[in-house]
Amino acid sequence: MSLVEVEDLTIRLSSSGADIVSSVSFGIESGETLALVGESGSGKTTIAVALLGDTRRGAELASGTVRIGDTTLVPGTPRSLRAARGRLVAYVPQDPAAALNPARRIGAQIAEALVAHGLGESGRDREERVRAVVGEVKLPSDREFLGRFPHQLSGGQQQRVCIAIAAICEPKVLVLDEPTTGLDVSTQAHILQTLGELVAGRGLAVLYVTHDLAVVANIAQRIMVLYAGRVAEYGQAGPVFRAPAHPYTRGLLGAVPDIACRHVLEVIPGLAPEPNQRPAGCAFAPRCALALPACREGVPELVAVPGGQVAACLRAGESAQSRSRTEQAPEPVEADIRTKVLEVSDLGAWYGAHQVLHHVSFALLQGECLALVGESGSGKTTLARSIVGLVPGRTGEVRLDGEPLPVATRAYPERAKRTLQYIFQSPYNSLNPRRSVGAAIGTPLQHFFGLSRRAAEVKVREALERVALPRRVSGLYPDQLSGGERQRVAIARALVCEPEILLCDEITSALDVSVQAAIVELLADLRSGEGLSLLFVTHNMGLVRSVADRVIVMSEGRLVETGATGALLDAPTEDYTRTLVAHTPKLATATATGTASAWAGTP
Amino acid sequence: MEAGVALSELGRPTQDASRPVWVQLLLRSLHQRHMQIGLALTLFMIALAVLGPLFAPHSPSAFVAAPFSTPSAQAPLGTDYLGDDVLSRVLNGGASVVALSFAATAFGVLLGVIVGLIAGYSRSFVDDALMGVSDVVLSFPQIVLVLVFVSILGPKLWLIVVVVGLSHSPRVARLTRSVTLELIKREYVESAELLGISRRRIFVQEILPNLVTPLLVETGLRLTWSIGVIAALSFLGFGIQAPHADWGLMINENRSGLTQNVWSVMAPIMCIALFTIGTNLMTEGLSRTVTGIDSTGEAP
Repeated sequence: MSLVEVEDLTIRLSSSGADIVSSVSFGIESGETLALVGESGSGKTTIAVALLGDTRRGAELASGTVRIGDTTLVPGTPRSLRAARGRLVAYVPQDPAAALNPARRIGAQIAEALVAHGLGESGRDREERVRAVVGEVKLPSDREFLGRFPHQLSGGQQQRVCIAIAAICEPKVLVLDEPTTGLDVSTQAHILQTLGELVAGRGLAVLYVTHDLAVVANIAQRIMVLYAGRVAEYGQAGPVFRAPAHPYTRGLLGAVPDIACRHVLEVIPGLAPEPNQRPAGCAFAPRCALALPACREGVPELVAVPGGQVAACLRAGESAQSRSRTEQAPEPVEADIRTKVLEVSDLGAWYGAHQVLHHVSFALLQGECLALVGESGSGKTTLARSIVGLVPGRTGEVRLDGEPLPVATRAYPERAKRTLQYIFQSPYNSLNPRRSVGAAIGTPLQHFFGLSRRAAEVKVREALERVALPRRVSGLYPDQLSGGERQRVAIARALVCEPEILLCDEITSALDVSVQAAIVELLADLRSGEGLSLLFVTHNMGLVRSVADRVIVMSEGRLVETGATGALLDAPTEDYTRTLVAHTPKLATATATGTASAWAGTP
Repeated sequence: MEAGVALSELGRPTQDASRPVWVQLLLRSLHQRHMQIGLALTLFMIALAVLGPLFAPHSPSAFVAAPFSTPSAQAPLGTDYLGDDVLSRVLNGGASVVALSFAATAFGVLLGVIVGLIAGYSRSFVDDALMGVSDVVLSFPQIVLVLVFVSILGPKLWLIVVVVGLSHSPRVARLTRSVTLELIKREYVESAELLGISRRRIFVQEILPNLVTPLLVETGLRLTWSIGVIAALSFLGFGIQAPHADWGLMINENRSGLTQNVWSVMAPIMCIALFTIGTNLMTEGLSRTVTGIDSTGEAP
């Protein structure tokens, strides 16, 4: 018997009765890390909170049990759950800023769990314990630090506080819900290292929920891939990475960009279904290239495959083969004598008295994809925004086709407003929720080309086709679209302006990997087909390898290093770039060696 | 590329594309118990005010029985201080309250939205100036402000509408401004600015549709206040003048006869109360729909 036993867990929506999670079973031993992998809507967070005996609002337990040691959490009584949470099993949330109370000092918040469980004989004793755990998560344990409020801490420090809160009552099981998703690669690497030491030191059983396969490759002994609330594949990390048996796992692995090799990101066609729209039979069948008629008839059982894992696929046995990533994307052409379409020189920008950009100079060449990378706070978004005139009071010069541009976007010549198009990070914020897709895309058409509403409609449909969306999307509102579809709409809105340069500000960071792959493919098509030049702002070093011709590395508002993608990532000359590359989780290490070295892949 | 084609999700019935947002919101709010009761009550009171004169058994200014007679077959609610039929006066006395309060609310909300939009979007001294003036207006109790104007310029109906509206506008302007300040930071507004779309079009296309939801609730609140203020004004004798019938006026006229014929005062009081309760319940229903506290207990 494992420490954690989940049997036949089924959780459904209370309103419609549709399953969110369907008969999922697994176990976790002490000292073992199980990664729960899946895209948004796969049910991974639902399972994670079920381990604490909780269901989200609007969901309810249909059947199944969750047991940790001798304690049954599902189904559980309020009293038994209160006793178990924090003490037996603890939770580390995705967004520490939202999880911490902004009005209370962190020392008090950490000590709270002790008080709740009646641990510690005295205030002094509790303070000792707080200090000890704070030291364990590598935070300063002095009185001054513990007296701080959450907003005085960095994102990484806030997450460490959350880990301390989870660890202070010495639980046996830790549920980590995408604990590093919002963090920079270096911070992520350090947090993972701290977590690794904590897990190894205490022999914790860990459920690690994530969508980032590269992180999983470095920390988990076992992996469970979820699709539409069911287990698609489950087994030791090595075989799952080396010879994934389920087509969905293969698709996911193919969609993940990897810093170690430049490859064409594979696109999984279609979308994951919502709980109440899951098809009969294998939920993945509509998106699967290998689907047989039988796949649509019954839900496939989990069957053992030669690699040792189990997979819910009728063709698991035959298709379990070594995954090859031989399909390399063509290496970029060397930057030759192509013209500079955009030239930035000696750019400076301030927020109040604080200088966020220092003497930044670079050029974007005709038809290239230039990646701008850096951690949060490096000034990369400010740089992109000052190019389009959204940063008041910037200094230096921005030249478009040799012509200097004014500081404010209102003063930009009409041609610059049209040829320079900015695509925002979050497709959830960049589209007006109250305007239909057709109206959003039609606005620039009416504005720049003076088209009538009717003429614009025709162009809108053409634009939707260019971004591979059906025409009827034109009449829909953003909340009827998925994140990937919204981002396509945002791209279509930029394309109708007939731009020459696209500034893409982290445009895939809010999207799932398979959707990201599709967006990247779309951009590549547009670039080769229409000769667009791209400035691609990102913090994802793996993505850079797959999309960019050249890379600019930024840190603290300064340009650190520039170079051709391959050369720069393989042999960075600056220390900063080197750490950035080193801290990026690598998918290839796990697949190459075949064994995931739990929690050890971090420097 | 086939990635975009298999859009199984498209057309989820989250938003009916063919209807404007505020219509959807109102339709959704009809499932709310508060809204159902409030709407029924409000519609009943409006019907009473508008259609009442057609059903009145007597003229509102015809002598029916001795002053302050108790209810009889002749006068179902008794008579007032002049011996006029209370029921007939109640049925005739709602139109002014309803019309004036709707007009004042509409004017106040319109003015407030314009001021709030300009203040919120300008981010300059214009903002400070407009909000400063708003604060001055806001610092007077509503009724005092209205009384000052009405007592100087005389009890004119248009003046009541304008001044009551004016006294509402700072609150609406504050709300509009704060929502606008939030909205102009959104990327879709920036994106429109990047295209060089004019400010007026950005107001109309990008910002205004997003203001509808909070403004609907605020309008409901303002309407309730308007009814109260306008009834109070006519109680104080600054509204419609006798011999016209008016609920507020009736309370004042007949208060000396409260002990003789209680209905002469209670009937108009109840009308005003039911009307405000109705509009208030509607507002509550709307705001619950907006915030997602449905009576079903489920978030939308």
